[in-house]
Amino acid sequence: MEQQELIPHLFRNEYTKITAVLCKRFGFEHIEAAEDIASDTFLTAAQTWVINGVPANPVAWLYNVAGNKAKNFLKRQHLFQQKIAPALKNAPGFSEETGIDLSPQNISDSQLQMMFAVCDPCIPAEAQIGLALRILCGFGINEIADAFLTNTETINKRLSRAKEKLRQQNVTLQFPAAAAADARLANVLTTIYLLFSEGYYSESTAATVRKDLCLEAMRLCSLLTANEHTNTAPVNALLALMCFHASRFDARVGTNGEMILYDEQDTSLWNTDLVAKGTWYLHRAATGKQISTYHIEATIAYWHTQKEDTPEKWETILQLYNRLLQIAYSPVAALNRTYALAKANGKAAAIKEALQLNLHQHHFYFVLLGELYTGVDEEKARRYFEQALALAKTSADKSAIMRRIQRL
Amino acid sequence: MDEFMLIFRHEDGQKIASPEQIQVWMKQTMDWIGGIAAQNKFSGGNGLPFEDAKVVWHNNVVTNGPFGEIKETIGGYIMVKADSVDEAVEFAKGCPVLQGDGNSVEVRKIVRGGTDGVH
Repeated sequence: MEQQELIPHLFRNEYTKITAVLCKRFGFEHIEAAEDIASDTFLTAAQTWVINGVPANPVAWLYNVAGNKAKNFLKRQHLFQQKIAPALKNAPGFSEETGIDLSPQNISDSQLQMMFAVCDPCIPAEAQIGLALRILCGFGINEIADAFLTNTETINKRLSRAKEKLRQQNVTLQFPAAAAADARLANVLTTIYLLFSEGYYSESTAATVRKDLCLEAMRLCSLLTANEHTNTAPVNALLALMCFHASRFDARVGTNGEMILYDEQDTSLWNTDLVAKGTWYLHRAATGKQISTYHIEATIAYWHTQKEDTPEKWETILQLYNRLLQIAYSPVAALNRTYALAKANGKAAAIKEALQLNLHQHHFYFVLLGELYTGVDEEKARRYFEQALALAKTSADKSAIMRRIQRL
Repeated sequence: MDEFMLIFRHEDGQKIASPEQIQVWMKQTMDWIGGIAAQNKFSGGNGLPFEDAKVVWHNNVVTNGPFGEIKETIGGYIMVKADSVDEAVEFAKGCPVLQGDGNSVEVRKIVRGGTDGVH
């Protein structure tokens, strides 16, 4: 790999590991120091490697440099505490042996513990996702700003407020106690799911950023399945769900970046490897008695990977949505359930129920009504599509609706 | 918004339906509940199977099931959120239980004890 490609590649992979390990060692209150040292390590690498060439083992080189910088930091901290805060009784002792443990086990543990720290419900969901992208996925501030359709200043403020809040809460990098583990893990899964959705449904125009968000969400979830503490049934169900959705990545965006809806997709572009992977995780999720919303959503997503439009497929999807809505209502699930109802019980039944849904602020609601009236009452269909058009925000959504109107 | 309980009453709990018929009812019931849930108006519910049903009478006399002595039996209930009893009644009208002659759905407002002094 050429050097100009190598450093960004290493940055993506190693920055987050170094930050997590150092942050665990220093304590969360020093997260900025950990980030600075990780960044500084890459700066040193860029400067040194230009002159001396890339070392034989770049990763080991990075860990070594990061370890030395961390030791210096701890030494300075120690001097600070010795001189300026001598009254501090419980100051941690310092010795030259205070090593920085960059073993694979400690890296993996530190990253998982960092995940638990970042996904603390004391900070808003947007900030959790932002921090996860920065600290766990090594995204640049401008990439995060891009994903959230905002500017770097806003993201910087949001992240520093979130870090300050976590410091105030005395968040530590450790696995939660067994009693609290399920609830804390549920928070982590929510953040991962939001991160994935941010990529999958994002209004950002940068397609690569969107895909990266989804892939990072899947990577973080894979870290959870790889660790015995966190390899639970809902974690596997969520990973299965994301694999199934991601299998349609290439089919759902056209050559001009426009969104291609499910029933118009070229099914030969569906990624069968990801479908197989998703199926494998869904089997692993089928342990224990717990049925999470991820289980139901993953099973729905599994049925969507079946190309044949059979009555069984839509009847099963309808019943899964019936169950999902009883546990966790969401407007998207309500709309999708009504679409499945049309497929399973016919358009007349679905129109009747669609008109009861009070979702007038969602353009998808009017897309659904237009879709249901297509072939039943073209004039009504056209009016609903036009209402959808007035509410749609992105050009991709607008052009998809335009195509439907033209086809009437 | 208030909560209402919709209680399904079957005139004759002893009638045995065929497995196919039960499957049809199950789907109809799930679709009916799903429709309420899709409006974000579902708040809970349970089926009450007739097997293993017992009745405890005065003086702790226990009999099998409510059948025989009682004309109607309760087959299940759901709880819905509704702005008025009329809205709850509209939900009840869709209940598949009503396809059976003599069956009924009782609509009752749920009062949560505590703040309003009603217990």
